[in-house]
Amino acid sequence: MAIVNLQNVTYTYPLTKTPALQNINMQVNEGEFVAVIGPNGAGKSTLCYTLAGFVPHFFKGVITGTVEVVGQESSKSNLHEWVLNVGLAFQNPFNQISGAKYTVFDEIAFGLENTGVPREEMISRVEDTMKLTGISDLADRSPYSLSGGQQQRVALTSILVMQPKVLVLDEPTSQMDPIGTREVFGVIRTMAEKGMTVVLVEHKVEWIANFADRVIAIQDGQILLDGKPGDVLTSDLLVEKGFGISRYTSVARRAKALGLWKREKLPVTLDEAVEGFDPILQREKGVKP
Amino acid sequence: MKIEIQDLHFTYPTGPEALRGISLTIDSGEQVAIVGQNGAGKTTLVKHFNGLLQPTSGLIRVGDWNTKEHSVAKLAKHVGYVFQNPDEQLFSKNVGTEVAFGPKNLGFNGDQVQALVKDALALTDLSDKTETNPYDLSPTWRKMVALASIISMDTDIVIFDEPTTGQDAMNVARIANVIKTLRERGKTVITITHDIDFCAENFDRVIALSQGKILLDGKANDVLGQEQVLATTYVDPPQLTRLGKRLGFKETVKNEVEFLTTLKK
Repeated sequence: MAIVNLQNVTYTYPLTKTPALQNINMQVNEGEFVAVIGPNGAGKSTLCYTLAGFVPHFFKGVITGTVEVVGQESSKSNLHEWVLNVGLAFQNPFNQISGAKYTVFDEIAFGLENTGVPREEMISRVEDTMKLTGISDLADRSPYSLSGGQQQRVALTSILVMQPKVLVLDEPTSQMDPIGTREVFGVIRTMAEKGMTVVLVEHKVEWIANFADRVIAIQDGQILLDGKPGDVLTSDLLVEKGFGISRYTSVARRAKALGLWKREKLPVTLDEAVEGFDPILQREKGVKP
Repeated sequence: MKIEIQDLHFTYPTGPEALRGISLTIDSGEQVAIVGQNGAGKTTLVKHFNGLLQPTSGLIRVGDWNTKEHSVAKLAKHVGYVFQNPDEQLFSKNVGTEVAFGPKNLGFNGDQVQALVKDALALTDLSDKTETNPYDLSPTWRKMVALASIISMDTDIVIFDEPTTGQDAMNVARIANVIKTLRERGKTVITITHDIDFCAENFDRVIALSQGKILLDGKANDVLGQEQVLATTYVDPPQLTRLGKRLGFKETVKNEVEFLTTLKK
């Protein structure tokens, strides 16, 4: 059952002529983890804002088509109702931190305070969510004294704590260290397993391939491809259009041209690359695969 | 111009000790990547190279200068620093003025400023955007403006703090090209990055920091192959390094050319 349903959505920001989103049709099922990829300027953040209700309620501009999330239509709803269903973590955590709180703990409690959650429940939810995202040790620090990657974990935590039905994440790991990125993808996967619906904008193709259920590639405000990670991320169209692809896919494509990759399908994950290259190595060494 | 650091310690006024005894030398013209987990001290370390931070104890020399004895403004002649977040560094009403600000303040004459600006804009593909207000550009292009406004200062040492964050493949290639050009010009380039594949493809030397100390420092292939040690500072080896290891390659490979060469052996 689709919890997110976009029908023929076209949106133009105020004072601009070209639509940032053009005729977007997109359905996301409950508990599905969808990754959105695309070059800078493709409309990825605008799509996030649209799902989160900031378009059109905050940014104004002209929107046509229908945006339906959890059975409600965006144009007929208020932003303050909308945020209870949809949580958005901003691309730049500096823009999200409230500036009204002295500690990380209080920052994360901010949303709950504003939605009238009882004190005891608030404390336990903040503590549990901080544990989940691995930032319990930052509880008493000032949000502004943290590194970029730590701030991103705080920003993500302050959305997760709200337990939205739909979680929209705009490059939530862009400033994180590599293993931290993998951990956060794991946390997001866990939330999806528990039934949270996730729409994630990312450039980090390797982790999308490992964790997402589906990938949507967008360019110039339009959907270019929509399908399984293994199909979308190995598509020749991505290379043609200048998208980033995983090094496994890229090196296998070159190896294929040299006759050193025998499979029809190109790999997107480390495991797929190992499976494809290993028999070739074994054969060359004279060992039976 | 050489950078020498001896037993550098630094403690933020309200925080824990961020740097705990760092000693290293970066020679003129080297291309160095600094990697390590969030909060390891990477940005704190490089902010000492241009005097933005002063050591709690220890010594930093840039060329013959002890950074304690020279102002940030003086050091700016030698060390350019591109911030992680371009919004912290841009303030002019158009791109041309922004990029001219640095060289003007360093005392270059009008013709020189013009030539430096032209070169920096060409290198960052911004030549057609000179009249645009930086804040009318997308974050991607603002990042390029931040790069251009430092390149135009023609410093011997250029520091990039996470240049590829949030950038698409085309822009990452553009940034790699900037670094390559600076290398050809004999500049020292020091880059903080979490993009370990980018690191593997563009840098000869890699320093891994962990909790305010140097964990590893050496040739890229030697450092990037040490999976267990890197894991202690939350860094994964590059994709193709991991693939090579899984396939039982004896040597560490870090890019497509090295991978394919070893595969063919």
